[in-house]
Amino acid sequence: MVTVPLNVNGRSANVPVDSEKMPLLWVLRDIMGLTGTKYGCGRALCGACTVHIDGEAARSCSIMVGDAAGKTIVTIEGVTCPQAEAKSCPQTESDRCAKAVLAAWRRLNVVQCGYCQSGQIMSAITLLKKIPKPTCKDIDLGMEGNICRCGTYQRIRKAICLASDMLDGKAL
Amino acid sequence: MNAPTPSRRAFLRNAAAGAGVFTLGATVPFGRAWAQLDSPVISFPPYDPNVFLQISALDNTVTLICKHLEMGQGIATGLATLVAEELDACWDQMRFTLAPAHLSRYRNLEYVAVQATGGSTSTSEAWLQMRQIGAAARAMFVTAAALAWKVPEAEIAVKDGLVTHGAHEATLGSLAGAAMALPPPLVVKLKDAKNWRLIGAHKPLPRLDSEMKTNGTATFAFDVRCRDMLTVMVCRPDVFGAKVASFDASEATKIPNVKCVELPSGVAVYAPNTWAAIEGRKRLKVKWDCSNAERRSTIEMFKEYRTHLGQKGVPVERRGNASAALDRAATKLEREFQFPFLAHAPMEPLNCTVELSANGAEICAGSQVQTIDHLAAAFVLGLRPDQVKINTLLAGGSFGRRGNPSSDWIVEACHAAKAINGSAPVHLVWTREDDIKGGFYRPMVLHHVRAGLTADGQLSGWQHQLVSKSIFAEATSIKAIDKIFDRLFVEGGLDSSSVEGVKGTPYAITDFDVRQHNVTTAVPVTWWRSVGNSHTAFVMETMIDELAVSAHKDPVEFRLELLAADPRACAVVRLARDKSNWKTAPTGDGRGQGIAFHYSFGTRVAMVAEVIVNGDTIKVDRIVAAVDVGIAVNPDLVKSQVEGAIGFALSMALRNQITFDRGVVQQSNFDDYEPTRMRDMPKVEVHIVRSDKDPTGIGEPAVPVVAPSIGNAIFAATRKRHYALPLGYGSIPPDYLTGDSPQAQ
Repeated sequence: MVTVPLNVNGRSANVPVDSEKMPLLWVLRDIMGLTGTKYGCGRALCGACTVHIDGEAARSCSIMVGDAAGKTIVTIEGVTCPQAEAKSCPQTESDRCAKAVLAAWRRLNVVQCGYCQSGQIMSAITLLKKIPKPTCKDIDLGMEGNICRCGTYQRIRKAICLASDMLDGKAL
Repeated sequence: MNAPTPSRRAFLRNAAAGAGVFTLGATVPFGRAWAQLDSPVISFPPYDPNVFLQISALDNTVTLICKHLEMGQGIATGLATLVAEELDACWDQMRFTLAPAHLSRYRNLEYVAVQATGGSTSTSEAWLQMRQIGAAARAMFVTAAALAWKVPEAEIAVKDGLVTHGAHEATLGSLAGAAMALPPPLVVKLKDAKNWRLIGAHKPLPRLDSEMKTNGTATFAFDVRCRDMLTVMVCRPDVFGAKVASFDASEATKIPNVKCVELPSGVAVYAPNTWAAIEGRKRLKVKWDCSNAERRSTIEMFKEYRTHLGQKGVPVERRGNASAALDRAATKLEREFQFPFLAHAPMEPLNCTVELSANGAEICAGSQVQTIDHLAAAFVLGLRPDQVKINTLLAGGSFGRRGNPSSDWIVEACHAAKAINGSAPVHLVWTREDDIKGGFYRPMVLHHVRAGLTADGQLSGWQHQLVSKSIFAEATSIKAIDKIFDRLFVEGGLDSSSVEGVKGTPYAITDFDVRQHNVTTAVPVTWWRSVGNSHTAFVMETMIDELAVSAHKDPVEFRLELLAADPRACAVVRLARDKSNWKTAPTGDGRGQGIAFHYSFGTRVAMVAEVIVNGDTIKVDRIVAAVDVGIAVNPDLVKSQVEGAIGFALSMALRNQITFDRGVVQQSNFDDYEPTRMRDMPKVEVHIVRSDKDPTGIGEPAVPVVAPSIGNAIFAATRKRHYALPLGYGSIPPDYLTGDSPQAQ
């Protein structure tokens, strides 16, 4: 048993883990109780476990917790940053994208089983942060790593476009 | 529409018989019955008016206790729509929770004695029942208000969750206590369709599970956590039918708090968290007894399948004289079709929590056929069913995997709990590899068809043989369960689920002879979204298409001729044709259009696919679907099920297969069993036929037509006809395609 300093969703803690080699996914889910991040394949093939590490989408199933030490980790539970709102902190670009993505996802009834959607949403946020007006090809490439077995791709595509319009001040 | 108007006695009898069951208060006492079933997973609001509906005085929410598993199909939203419509609730106050296993309360009214979500029956079986629940509750609120305000009931209005009379106004929540103390009405009057506000509403209702599934709070079975819970992974054999001979856990148990115990299905590794279980299992050494195992390769299995074609088989459907008609035919086609085993690969792998106590057991699972799971769990645990409580959790997809005749994963979890004498709650977890390699596949199937045409292009004879392992025959070793299935699905060796879609085809085939051959193999099989239709539609629609071409007829017109007796079928075919620029769409450069039609689960679906083929790569560019589901309760959910079915079935059409090399499954994860990805997804348009007929299913019926519409489009593009799935094309690299504009609408 070792402890690893982790900053998750704005909170820092020394987290006791079995080993520094333990994948971040299982630390989040089994040790920290953050079950919004999902296991789908264990090999970074499906994206269900996507979180943000220092602002980049990352597959937590394939990142050893030791490598995430000291970095800023955000999970689906943290994307809307409720603490920041409570303190009227200035919103980051990530927060703005997250809000638009969640609103678009809900307006278009994107989810079906919903199991992959935490990961889809985390990927969509970083996509929009990098490319505010994505083309179809940008979406194909940006969302390539996220599998949805229910096949909600068409609505994900539309929701990303809608979120983009929202961020642009349109469609609000 | 008036519901039946029975006397109370008749009412109870009807309830027991299940005809338009209305249990609100009449058969179930408020509150107390639920207390016995109280559960840490599902928390109940203060009022338990009945088994389907709870209305809270605290927060004015109306909670549907959803009798069906929510696995993505949107049934919680769908059934809540029916209740809210008749209750005149406000959509914003609607909530849902999933019903636990309880056969007498939550029986699927289309099945004999099973609580189950399947066969695309959920909306149709609960269509009357849920509206009656809403209407009965509404009547009780009206009576309660009339008594409180001392005004006639007839003068009271209910709208958007508010009960009003003159200056009086009350929320449903504020009247809930008084309303639920009243006897339920003996007669309920349902709304006329013209007064519906929610059913069929053009403006999509927000899904009730949308928020929880976009903020990380939705609790799937995988997310259940109990105090001192152990995660269990089972080391299973590489080949089906093998048994543990011996095992060495000395390396595995060097990991702190890991222990290993033999189960019927393999060796279980118990650990304090998932990673420790994975690591422990890696270090476990197991020797297997493979004497009764399936050791053949796929090619050998197909060889064995072919030997059945010469045999008599089980007669399925026979009319006219197919043999004589074929003899007369001017053109004959003889075709063999091959279909591989398929894994369901739901995003949430199988998992199940079991906690044993002195009095019984509590199970948490995304249980799809609760009655079977319930009986199987009780059987394994040596308990009476009433000692076993199954809490139904949200399922991260299923596509049939969570509902199987032998409840393999529930049984395995129960064995895991029993093997440590219930000393800790256990959470059995499967990895993706376990899932892909774990069996319970869509069966591998061989079809052999001979069909003829007269000189003037009329069908002349159709002989059809199908070889498959039966899903239902000898489903399990648990007698109580076998009986249920035999009664439901198996007759003289005929398993309708193998051959549905050929059997009962709406095409007017005068001289028709269908036979089924059942094979045995240790590879376990089960229902896979659309079941038999997942292969029969490909055969029927490929044959029909090829016959149309041979007859020099337009594939749409040829189908319309053969479907003339079914106007609803013709209507969807025409709708798909009209919305898809049939025959006027651009051709050349590897472009082609193909149509397919299929009737399954009471629903008619037609699809026109447009493909671009470049060598051995393909882009399915656009799919136009037309569906007749009767009344579309939630048109947006119907559309999402069709869109999703296309996303689901596309990878099965193009690339997915489970193959065997000397008994060992060759695929293991999403790299070699790759579901559809964003780049593969075509533009999808869904058109719904307006209808006043009772609703039919939509969870499955769009799946069967996807592959044949693509296959027929590939033929149009390349003149190459495919007789096996997967079609075997890779994805066209994105740079090959032009037209790069976003599609937000």
